[in-house]
Amino acid sequence: MAVHTPVTDGHDDHGHGAAHATSTGLSNNKMAMWLFLGSECLLFGGLISTYMLYRGRHPADLGPDQIYDIPFTSVSSFILLMSSLTMVLAVSAASMKDDRRTNLWLTITALLGATFVGGQVYEFTSFYREGLGFTSSLFSSSFYTLTGFHGVHVTVGIIMLMALVGINKRGRIPGQKAEVVELVGLYWHFVDVVWIIIFTLVYLIPS
Amino acid sequence: MSTTEHQSDPHVEPHAADVAHDGHADGEFAHKPDSYYVKIALILAVITALETSTYWIDFGAFFLPTLLILMAIKFVMVASLFMHLKFDSKIFSWMFYSGLLLAIGVYVAFLATFRFFAPT
Repeated sequence: MAVHTPVTDGHDDHGHGAAHATSTGLSNNKMAMWLFLGSECLLFGGLISTYMLYRGRHPADLGPDQIYDIPFTSVSSFILLMSSLTMVLAVSAASMKDDRRTNLWLTITALLGATFVGGQVYEFTSFYREGLGFTSSLFSSSFYTLTGFHGVHVTVGIIMLMALVGINKRGRIPGQKAEVVELVGLYWHFVDVVWIIIFTLVYLIPS
Repeated sequence: MSTTEHQSDPHVEPHAADVAHDGHADGEFAHKPDSYYVKIALILAVITALETSTYWIDFGAFFLPTLLILMAIKFVMVASLFMHLKFDSKIFSWMFYSGLLLAIGVYVAFLATFRFFAPT
């Protein structure tokens, strides 16, 4: 016979173990994060579809086949993929209450993310110098909007990671520390899976 | 053993109790060694190398299906293993994949409306 097990939410309202039970038996914070990520699929789906629709609308000499640097983007993709590994190692360390390793892996993840964003800034700059401005064509507008939105998400993730390292060092993470790290991890992995799709559909499949 | 029992039982390891506290279905992922995740990352790296190879190697008619299948494998691996959907409550999988499927349905219809799939 199934027994109802009222699992407490990972959130601690007062910071003294006064956690409350949830009706689903699951963490409300985690539920909210998954709901948010599900809704983000619709945001990126719209941006990717718009790009797919307009990727052929460009001048003859300034299209995807002329400007994309696939070897460079492949390295960037690899870096972001490896940041997912370091993030999951941070979550693993947090679940084992190893603060030193948690902070180390979170910092490495943030550095890898920053390298990816740096690569994206370099890519945008080189495209702009080749004459591909935001309003040059429908292709350029949709490309910059899609990859720019993703870059902003990565940047927000880096800020979250560094903030987490800072408050973890001060021991001020509210509620269950492992869950807070896991929630940031979920966001970070989502940013990675979105790039997996962008890398294939935008960069590898020619127009 | 129920979760509440976990939390009240002083003999349960603190780590196991925390896993239950976090609301995981079975807490299995927390016991995975780091080497497990490194192996997954290596497989993902190999798949990425395969994807990139399509830029230099001509796959002919297999080009598009190969890329789409490799993309889907990477997506599912990260979502299931790194995001722990495989080990966590199925409700989370439903929430995420229903959002994803809704997005795919809406935007495939959107692209079809603009005759994106029509032969040129």
